[in-house]
Amino acid sequence: MNGKLSALLGWVDDRFPLSQLWNDHLAKYYAPKNFNVWYFFGSLAILVLVNQIVTGIFLTMNYKPDAALAFASVEYIMRDVPGGWIIRYMHSTGASAFFIVVYLHMFRALLYGSYRQPRELVWIFGMLIYLCLMAEAFFGYLLPWGQMSFWGAQVIVNLFEAVPLVGPALSVWIRGDYVISDATLNRFFAFHVIAIPLVLLGLVAAHIMALHEVGSNNPDGVEIKKHKDAEGRPLDGIPFHPYYTVKDIAGAVVFLFVFALVIFFMPEGGGYFLEYNNFIPADPLKTPPHIAPVWYFTPFYSMLRAVPPLFNSQFPGVVVMGAAVMILFLLPWLDRSPVKSIRYKGPYFKIALAVFVVSFVLLGYLGVQPTNVWGQAGAWLGGVERATAAARLFTVLYFLFFLLMPWYTRIDKCKPEPQRVTS
Amino acid sequence: MSEKALDQGKRQFLVTATGVVGGVAAGAAAVPFVASMLPSERAKAAGAPVEVDISQLAPGERLIVEWRGKPVWILRRTPEMLEQIRRADPLVADPKSIYSEQPACCNNEFRAEKPEIGVMIGLCTHLGCSPQFKSVDAKAEMGQDWEGGFYCPCHGSKFDLAGRVFRGVPAPTNLPIPPYELVSETKVRVGETKKGS
Repeated sequence: MNGKLSALLGWVDDRFPLSQLWNDHLAKYYAPKNFNVWYFFGSLAILVLVNQIVTGIFLTMNYKPDAALAFASVEYIMRDVPGGWIIRYMHSTGASAFFIVVYLHMFRALLYGSYRQPRELVWIFGMLIYLCLMAEAFFGYLLPWGQMSFWGAQVIVNLFEAVPLVGPALSVWIRGDYVISDATLNRFFAFHVIAIPLVLLGLVAAHIMALHEVGSNNPDGVEIKKHKDAEGRPLDGIPFHPYYTVKDIAGAVVFLFVFALVIFFMPEGGGYFLEYNNFIPADPLKTPPHIAPVWYFTPFYSMLRAVPPLFNSQFPGVVVMGAAVMILFLLPWLDRSPVKSIRYKGPYFKIALAVFVVSFVLLGYLGVQPTNVWGQAGAWLGGVERATAAARLFTVLYFLFFLLMPWYTRIDKCKPEPQRVTS
Repeated sequence: MSEKALDQGKRQFLVTATGVVGGVAAGAAAVPFVASMLPSERAKAAGAPVEVDISQLAPGERLIVEWRGKPVWILRRTPEMLEQIRRADPLVADPKSIYSEQPACCNNEFRAEKPEIGVMIGLCTHLGCSPQFKSVDAKAEMGQDWEGGFYCPCHGSKFDLAGRVFRGVPAPTNLPIPPYELVSETKVRVGETKKGS
């Protein structure tokens, strides 16, 4: 660096901790040297977040949050605004990409025990980010004001109506009307473009600060800070920059290949990223013959659908669905295994995780299908819908993964953890 | 200030009092924001009754009209349909409509002021989708014991031709009946009832 530039840097550093921030979070942040492919998804999530924010800003330049104009303004963006179609597809496909990346990122944490002590807060901030993403996706989905927007919002807002006592008043307050209407659209727009993104950015900052305070986990689940050299640097750590910044760029390139393929050749994702019924303007009098949420919500939606009403109330289904998300917060305290990584965990955990993944994926599948997808069982079984029965079974298995975790992780036959990371 | 002069009790009191007063002020400041999300005066005023001409409604057919932004169904039921409602009695969760919402004039077997004219709000009591009309001919799709009624595409709830919910489906209660009155043979007024509600 030449003299003038370093003088300028010195001037800034005297007034703002620029070099310190750079060093703390990049150049002298030591990450374990054994990261594998699962460790790409954190940086990819940031990439998709930036994509959503930038494309979102440009979409608001032409979008109209008005029930009479919204649908047409989205079509206007698609047809008449130069470059509008690609910005819109980047945003709508980006939403699905965000959930793909985040689900894989969360699964990585499950594999390697990244939520375990001392990373409980990293996990909790991450879960709050996940809640924000769900809110963001839900609010955003109303904005095109298509049939799926309208009826999806109708169903989700009515979930709050099921809350005992205050439910009906609460749902009216959320909608700002007695039905989903212009008032609802306008406020969802405000939440989608201002309120939730602000919270989301704060949580991302907290997630990374907490991570950099305790240090990254790794596929072996051993703490690299236990073995340091004379200068206090972890022996198994390498500086995040340039090693992982460059590696993450390679990951970003691969991701962008796939992302671009989807945007250019299948932006609707076969009806999974943009549902076909959403190309019909919202009609408050007619529900489409088959409605399902976008794929990333379907595992939870399946659970909602599987729970029968109790005491003349649909509240139990809503509670089960909510609990399915909230129980993830408890993960750091449910896992009692002596080791963190699946590499050293025993067969019980591996079987439980496999059952959990299968349940989650099949619940997701059932959630996009009508309840009669697998036909009906024979009369001797009471003629129940097979899919509903299956969804009930998988819902129970989903919860058992968590509820039995303190037990099966404790009695599991784990292998001994190595002292240092393996290469 | 010297250590001795410091009155810790007083300081603690002042800090707590300031905190409490500040908290109350912040809470009070939140009131207009929370209130601003309630339905506006305009939204509240939009609930006027709707008058519907049913002279063109053929027996066995259903008309969908909008009242307060919600779909209201008007169904002209045939004698067979009324018979189908009777036959559904053992299949429905609340045959006498004790737990459901209807005006007083509809507290009867067919949940109607006049058995032939069925009026109900066409939104599933589960999560508010609008169910589809499936006549008795839809047995292949709905099962052999199907007597005609409504099927909700969202979560598979089923209702009979009086809007009564079947057992074992997600919807907890019967379809609500809005306040309405039969003004004449050919006119229904949705949104108001003169005979008390």
